[in-house]
Amino acid sequence: MPGLQIENLHLSVGGRVLLARFSLTVGPGEVTTVMGPSGCGKSSLLSWLCGTIEPAFRASGQIWLDGVPIAGLPPERRRLGILFQDDLLFPHLSVGENLAFALPRWIRGRRHRWARVEAALREADLAGFAGRDPATLSGGQRARVALMRTLLAEPRALLLDEPFGGLDRELRQRVRRFVFDHARWAALPTLLVTHDPADAEVAGGAVVEFPNFGAKLLPLRNSGRRPA
Amino acid sequence: MAAALQQLAAYTGRRSAWLGWLPPLTLLVFLGPIAAGLLGTVLPAFGYLPALGGERLSLEPWHQLASAPGLGRALRATLISGFLSTVLALALTVLVFAAGHGTLALGRVKRAMTPLLAVPHLATAVGLAFLIAPSGWLARLAAPWAGWRTPPDVAVVQDSLGLALALGLILKETPFLVLMTFGALGQARADDHLRLARTLGYGPVQAWLKIVLPLVYAQIRLPVYAVLAYSLSVVDMAIVLGPTTPPPLAPLVLRWFNDSDLSMRFQAAAGACLQLVLVALAIGLWRIAESVFGWLARPWLCGGGRGGSGFLPGVAAWIGLALLFGLSLGSLLGLATWSLAGRWRFPERWPEQLSAEPWLEHAGRLLGPAWTTLVAGAISALVALALVTGCLENESRRQRPPGLGALTLLYLPLLAPQIGFLFGVQVLLVWARLDGSWLGLIWSHLLFVLPYVFLALADPYRSLDPRYARSALALGKPPWLVWTRIKLVMLLRPLLVALAVGFAVSVAQYLPTLFAGGGRFATLTTEALGLSAGGDRRVVGQLALMLAALPLLGFGIALAVPAWRFRRRRAMRAGG
Amino acid sequence: MLRALFALAFCALAAGPAAADSWTDTLTEARGQTIYWNAWGGDEQINAYIAWVGQQVQARFGIQLNHVKLTDTAEAVARVVAEKAAGRTEGGSIDLIWLNGENFAALKSQNLLYGPFVRRLPNFGYVDVTGKPTTVVDFTIPTDGLEAPWGMAQFVFLYDTASVAEPPRSIQALLEWAKAHPGRFTYPAPPDFIGSTFLKHVLLELAADPKVLQEPADKADFAAVTAPLWHWLEAIRPNLWRKGAIFPASGPALHQLLDDGEVDFSMAFNPAEASNLIQAGHLPASVRTFILKAGTIGNTHFVAIPFNAAHKPAAMVVADFLMSPEAQAHKQDPRVWGDGTVLDLKALDPADRARFEALPQGVATLPPDQLVPVRPEPHPSWMPEIEAEWLRRFSS
Repeated sequence: MPGLQIENLHLSVGGRVLLARFSLTVGPGEVTTVMGPSGCGKSSLLSWLCGTIEPAFRASGQIWLDGVPIAGLPPERRRLGILFQDDLLFPHLSVGENLAFALPRWIRGRRHRWARVEAALREADLAGFAGRDPATLSGGQRARVALMRTLLAEPRALLLDEPFGGLDRELRQRVRRFVFDHARWAALPTLLVTHDPADAEVAGGAVVEFPNFGAKLLPLRNSGRRPA
Repeated sequence: MAAALQQLAAYTGRRSAWLGWLPPLTLLVFLGPIAAGLLGTVLPAFGYLPALGGERLSLEPWHQLASAPGLGRALRATLISGFLSTVLALALTVLVFAAGHGTLALGRVKRAMTPLLAVPHLATAVGLAFLIAPSGWLARLAAPWAGWRTPPDVAVVQDSLGLALALGLILKETPFLVLMTFGALGQARADDHLRLARTLGYGPVQAWLKIVLPLVYAQIRLPVYAVLAYSLSVVDMAIVLGPTTPPPLAPLVLRWFNDSDLSMRFQAAAGACLQLVLVALAIGLWRIAESVFGWLARPWLCGGGRGGSGFLPGVAAWIGLALLFGLSLGSLLGLATWSLAGRWRFPERWPEQLSAEPWLEHAGRLLGPAWTTLVAGAISALVALALVTGCLENESRRQRPPGLGALTLLYLPLLAPQIGFLFGVQVLLVWARLDGSWLGLIWSHLLFVLPYVFLALADPYRSLDPRYARSALALGKPPWLVWTRIKLVMLLRPLLVALAVGFAVSVAQYLPTLFAGGGRFATLTTEALGLSAGGDRRVVGQLALMLAALPLLGFGIALAVPAWRFRRRRAMRAGG
Repeated sequence: MLRALFALAFCALAAGPAAADSWTDTLTEARGQTIYWNAWGGDEQINAYIAWVGQQVQARFGIQLNHVKLTDTAEAVARVVAEKAAGRTEGGSIDLIWLNGENFAALKSQNLLYGPFVRRLPNFGYVDVTGKPTTVVDFTIPTDGLEAPWGMAQFVFLYDTASVAEPPRSIQALLEWAKAHPGRFTYPAPPDFIGSTFLKHVLLELAADPKVLQEPADKADFAAVTAPLWHWLEAIRPNLWRKGAIFPASGPALHQLLDDGEVDFSMAFNPAEASNLIQAGHLPASVRTFILKAGTIGNTHFVAIPFNAAHKPAAMVVADFLMSPEAQAHKQDPRVWGDGTVLDLKALDPADRARFEALPQGVATLPPDQLVPVRPEPHPSWMPEIEAEWLRRFSS
């Protein structure tokens, strides 16, 4: 079955249940939006999907990606691309090297790889930027490079962790459009986490409100204990 | 209200008169002797030392140096042990982080490494020698299987290539680099970058090597240079573990300085200059190697290779760590066992009897050096803490950006080899009639205590939220009260840790005690070193054990006092 | 002739009370002084004895004695020379030095010693200057009252009877033994004094004419005289412990190798040292001592006061106490140090003599009649050159 499915997720931290019996399906090319206040567990959901969740969290459930169960795999073998609010371009690499870093290994030969990088930059309206230091780029440029980098790694689904949060209004619209267009064009199931209703509106897909399961944050055990 | 605002303005805008004097005073008191020390070493190296009849500049000391017996082999042992230990300590550090980043085990490694860092080099060296020598503990354990009835005739310690010395240095420098790397991870945003690289398909080890390492390395470059400089010029550890005929360069130069033939001082001064040049060249070479490696690594960095799950590097890292902790703890255990041992001949695994008797027998001779060590350490750490706190407070009131101040020069003593300028410092002290005095001793210790206290305190002090002080000022409290009652209390834990760091540094000083103390001050370090060759192993074990215990005790107190003081303040117990 | 004798007796009479008076003054001046005694600190038993001396002079004379532990006495010589060079002619940092031989010769030749003071010390009267001539002639150099004798030393070899049945008793036999038992013999690296003294024995036994060694080295053909020494050292080198690539740092370090079973021989400058170490549990009970058939070197070790010492009265009082029958007897006790006395036992009153006679003879200590012949030290000018040449050959 194509697409991204979350099955029966149970997520808690330090005895506090964030999600229980949570299931969700995102089809290819669809953008599903998860909305909610900060601390509700929506970012933790993405971390869990990526396999990079902190050891302090306890999670159970299954993830299916194109019909394959991936919850037991390490992050690097899940083939989920993620974009954060912070673009996290690697500061020690040039723009082009940031993109080349994401290219799969099977694209061999320096010239060949570089051609792919140049093509990606042209697609992002950044032709000729390959040699630039990412620190010299504007916010919008950085966001586009970050998306191209994620896509060049050829993910099977796209996770967006409030990726437009740091941009001003006008830029936000353009970058949002750019990201969604690319996600649809690549037919990627996309899960967007945000607290901005406008994001959900533009995304145009299903919207899931957190807390989800009828659901305050339930203090199950003694609340005086600090999270470890 | 107006008064409070005025005070606020005074606090942040104008500098306090006496605080303003502190940074220049600190620089003068500490950089002065070092500059004079360097001059006092360089001039005799070119034949100028009127007190010994050297009135004209000449190259004669350098000719003398070039024809000194054993110089070539001394340099070989110096370079091998210095570079090998730095490369391997750095490699093990990188391996541990690449394989273990983000795991809970790494946090445990961090907690376990902190006490290792506090143990002075000399104590580790003596313990390691007990452990790995042909008549040592490991050989005794292996003897029944290997069929040894007498110790094997193999140069395991004091080998002519300096490999045992390199091993000793690795045991001490790896914890230092690991802890410095922990400190650098936050600034490099390692967790975020690593997570992203993983989602791009990179295995944990490759992700760390390609993304985190270049960012972290920029942060730990100075500590790495310090390790390199230290390893190339170490004296105390080299005397115990290094070759003897000839020893590595720094102890060889020390031998020349102590020669009864005073004309050897010129040659010794030239040797000290050679040591300075050697360290400078080594750091330069390392810098070039960094660039070359960076350039060579580019295709690999961007070639798209993802790497595997990191199982093998993980195994290698754990083996490396197991060896590191095994040898370090085994060394301390060896010290403790010898300190309590009765008769204990090869190939017995255990002494015939273990009792407190050796301690009681030698107590009279242990207490004096222990007391001198304690007093010198406590005073120099307190003075350093007072000066550093004053400088940092001055900086915060003037709101100067950190790192730009001339105080960065204080790191010089960490990079320049001690043997390179302590002779000059000694000449200065003799001239000022301060040699062999407590003042001279503590001053010379401060040259090395101060930078470490600064290193330990600067970050916590600078990162204390200034709004605490501002809101207290706005409540109408005078600045000095705000400083002592708010800032210093909030910083109690880092202040005490810095104090413990300073104390540990002082406890470990050998050359400064020797050069400035005029032989009159017997510390645990000088005693242990004096007896390390052939002295009664019980006494050596006792001295080295006390040497290891004093700094650990200091750190224990530094952690226990704030924990008790803030036992009812949850926010004050978090991390830090 | 008679008049001369008369005059001498008169002088002696006149000098007697005067000397006593000035000694009383010295004692008064010394009270309350703190002195720094620079003495080799590589042996725990000796350090313990010096600590005992410190307690005694504190209790008896009110002198605070600090032992500055040296790894090589040359360090103290260097310090005195450096202070002289820096123009510090008073208030020097060293009050008393334990020394002999080359270090004494170096200081004496440069006029860096205080004195003559030795004849002013009351206990010097008990010293056996005729029976033990080395108490006034140090390595062929007359002491001229510039250093007070402290102890008698004679070089001995130690071996473990558990592994060596019959020890080699000549330098040549030692070489043969080492060739037959590679890796089981070594000697401390010169300029450690045990190592240097071992080289002297090799040279004394192999030199074509050992008498030239009693004269300054510059009067002889150094290369020709020492050639047999280098030949022997190179011959034994591949058969040494660690193939001669490493040498132990000192005598005590060599004892440790013997105790660990790494080598079969050790050396000491004290006939009672083996017994002491067995007693203290630092050597197996099967260790015994032997000397070469041709004899071994005996010498005296001394204490001297630098020209610029800050506390000369206290230094003299301590030097005098070191020669007292009580301190000498305590020192000769094998359970304490076992260092031979410089005193003439016949000159002592019976009670003091009894102290010495009550001392036990250690299990591994040779009786005096087996410690002969005693060979004299060579002229001190030989050793610096030999040590330098050894360094050239063995450390590069």
